[in-house]
Amino acid sequence: MTAPMMAGTPGPVEPGATLRADVLGTVSWRTPITLAVISIAALFAFVLFTPSTALAQFAFTEPDASWQWPVWHAPARLVLILCAVGTFALTAAAFIAAAARKPRRWYLVVFGALVLVMFLVWVMSASTGTLRLPFLLGLTMTWAVPLVFGAFAGVLCERAGVINIAIEGQLLGGAFLCAIAASITGSPYIGLVAAPIAGALVGLILAVFSITYKVDQIIVGVVVNVLVLGLTNYLFSTVLSENPQEFNSPPPLPTWRIPVLADIPVLGDALFNQTVIVYAMYVAVFVLQYMLFRSRWGLRLRSVGEHPKAADTVGIKVNRTRYRAVVLGSAVAGFGGASFLAAGLAFTKEVSVGRGYIALAAMILGRWSPRGALAAAVLFGFTDALNRVLRNIGSPVDYELMSMLPYLATIFAVAGLVGRVRPPAADGKPYP
Amino acid sequence: MKLELRGITKRFGDLVANDRIDLLVEPGRIHALLGENGAGKSTLMNVLYGLYTPDEGQILIDDTAVEFTGPGEAMAAGIGMVHQHFMLVPVFTVAENVVLGHEPAGPLGIINLSQARELVRSLSEKFGFDVDPDARVEDLPVGVQQRVEIIKALSRQAEVLILDEPTAVLTPQETDELMTIMRSLAEAGTAVVFITHKLREVQAVADEITVIRRGKVVATAEPTASQAELASLMVGRDVVLGVQKNPAEPNEHRLEVNGLTVLDAAGTKVVDDVSLTVRGGEVLAIAGVQGNGQSELAEAILGLREVGTGSVQLDGTELVGRSVRDVLGAGVGFVPEDRSKDGLISSFTILENFLLDQHDRPPYARGLALQLDHARAKAEEFAGAFDVRATSVDTLAGNLSGGNQQKVVLAREMSRSLRLLIASQPTRGLDVGSIEFVHRRIIEERDAGIPVLIVSTELDEVMGLADRIAVMYRGQVVGIVDADTDRDTLGMMMAGVTDDPGEEAGDD
Repeated sequence: MTAPMMAGTPGPVEPGATLRADVLGTVSWRTPITLAVISIAALFAFVLFTPSTALAQFAFTEPDASWQWPVWHAPARLVLILCAVGTFALTAAAFIAAAARKPRRWYLVVFGALVLVMFLVWVMSASTGTLRLPFLLGLTMTWAVPLVFGAFAGVLCERAGVINIAIEGQLLGGAFLCAIAASITGSPYIGLVAAPIAGALVGLILAVFSITYKVDQIIVGVVVNVLVLGLTNYLFSTVLSENPQEFNSPPPLPTWRIPVLADIPVLGDALFNQTVIVYAMYVAVFVLQYMLFRSRWGLRLRSVGEHPKAADTVGIKVNRTRYRAVVLGSAVAGFGGASFLAAGLAFTKEVSVGRGYIALAAMILGRWSPRGALAAAVLFGFTDALNRVLRNIGSPVDYELMSMLPYLATIFAVAGLVGRVRPPAADGKPYP
Repeated sequence: MKLELRGITKRFGDLVANDRIDLLVEPGRIHALLGENGAGKSTLMNVLYGLYTPDEGQILIDDTAVEFTGPGEAMAAGIGMVHQHFMLVPVFTVAENVVLGHEPAGPLGIINLSQARELVRSLSEKFGFDVDPDARVEDLPVGVQQRVEIIKALSRQAEVLILDEPTAVLTPQETDELMTIMRSLAEAGTAVVFITHKLREVQAVADEITVIRRGKVVATAEPTASQAELASLMVGRDVVLGVQKNPAEPNEHRLEVNGLTVLDAAGTKVVDDVSLTVRGGEVLAIAGVQGNGQSELAEAILGLREVGTGSVQLDGTELVGRSVRDVLGAGVGFVPEDRSKDGLISSFTILENFLLDQHDRPPYARGLALQLDHARAKAEEFAGAFDVRATSVDTLAGNLSGGNQQKVVLAREMSRSLRLLIASQPTRGLDVGSIEFVHRRIIEERDAGIPVLIVSTELDEVMGLADRIAVMYRGQVVGIVDADTDRDTLGMMMAGVTDDPGEEAGDD
């Protein structure tokens, strides 16, 4: 997870700066203690009761790929013990780092990866099936893409000071209009143009009520979601269901295979044999991250979300800036809504199934930054994909319980495990 | 650039905040606008800065009439403003704050950061500011943040610079430095408008003085005028400057604070090993720049904040660990620093506010029922005694002026027999008349023989009320000195500097 990049370049600390840590700083043991608890829990849950003869099977290539890697029959116990040693080593390192008051975030990333490997090996050791990693990753992308665009929408709106609970409605609206436009014209690309328009319209409702009429932003957002849900349900059961051939048979988006990159083992297919939506996502994360923190547009957008009065006193039109941010962000979410239908699926009722709310969680976990939001959304997408794959293979853990995990993790993360999470100061506050 | 205001009138409903105000500001001069809180100074400047539209009157720049519909236009015309509450984005760097709104940018609107830094550096050097363009504003001391505000105005070629109550947040030394900066700005040809209610500062730096009272210009004065003259112009009658009191007669009652440490939510020590004793019959005032742990100390004594370690004993009874209710019951009176937020419920009437801390006990309650007749009689008695100006005790607290609100708080706290009085910023934002009254009541409590603890960031108030002064810096008590200690020494202590080299409390 990356810290939000607030400043242009981190400069030297000004000598007069009263960083109180020098006088009053305390050592925070929270992170190392958490790691210690998880390490011990993982040791008990995964390692101790795994029989020494158990094997876990992983496939690194798809069966139909041009070249094949052999399936790895991992000696489960050995791998688990090695990983457990790793987790305890990292925990020790984290204690040392905390004592030196130099917490290192990459410890957490490596630690998380180790625990994940332990979990997978443990699950697979209890199953006779094979975990196909490329398939898992491909599914991850499918699940992550709407979340990523939804989270980007959240970042854009909330950085400007408007809470966007209506991401759900924007995803749904985008998917709906995409289905109709693509079906009527027969071109999936026209659908991609229509989706952000629908998102922007939904966003406009949010903007009018929350910015101009200063209605509580969360309430407006929820109401907008219900409105879009009702409207799409109604139109679905009347117009779309009456004549599905004409209105609800969007053609699939073609996938573009990028030579060479798509041949990267394990990852290549998932990342570089994708539709234009996914490639747009790659571009979007770089553009948003850079523009938000380096451009005039981004500086002004963030200033109205942090201290609107300060922005006003230097001649920035606060509410106009917020309108633009909300409409743009909503359009981004609408575009993401198109990804539900990318494989040529028909629109169905509630096709967005609450992903908009999860996108908000990803935005928070990603600390209101585009690249953080991307990482968090991919993490959520991964756990969703893993759930589905494991359900098919047969997992010792209950499926419903597993589905809770990422959100449980979010609550812990937001509670401060990944450091201070600080929303824009004027987030949710209307400006007169 | 010459700036002239002619007949500016601004009304808010029935209230005339500015009544036909004329003002002439000339380049190279420091023009002080003197008036009490609520006299209409800030309204006038907001009109000038385009934040309000005047109902009548004209703004002229070099004898040409102009109209501003927003701050952007006022800035473009060369008017810059340093607001009382800084208009800086805390999470942005100095350079980002300075260029916000007029960013030097290349293709695609990418900000040219090196150009922005250079702008900050050159202005910073020109006036000897020593500001790092890449520092995050929230990490800077208040005095430096103010310089960033000045740089921000200057970077927009401000030829008229308005400073709205700029010294409210500064230590005496920082105030002196600001005065020097104002001088050098004036010498460079800038017209400086200095808004304040502090007489000493006006005398020290102003070239000309305009006094505003109740929205009207009542006089212009020379900086040679005495403080008493200026004060009577400002208030409209003769006032007694300073607090009239007899020497303290300490008795055997004691508030003893020992090794008190308080942590904030982030786990940093906001009150750090504080020990002090307040004797009955004396006022101990805690001085310090805002945010150095004074408020937290007062709140910890009352039990509003959890205490890390240490003890607070009132006549030998431990207060730490007891509920706020218990502490109040032990005879502690508490005047919070923000009366509208913590002292009163503005949608409650004076009567209801008066009852807040005693609504559940005799004589105001019997069983589950309030004894409203009795309560009303008491509330009316105390409202009279504390000179609360309202039509009745059924007036909503939110509709009272600041001075009257504070009197309601005092009346409530002093309606019980107290064994300790704690007052945080007891006169913040009050007019001179109310200040006199509040000070007199506080001294009366002292003379009744109880310990009185005052927290104030106004050095004049501290020096006027106190029998002894404790100075806090970064959560620690830097020293406890007599009330006749001179301002400079106190100022140094407020910046963390002590005479004793072994007790150095800070490095800036």
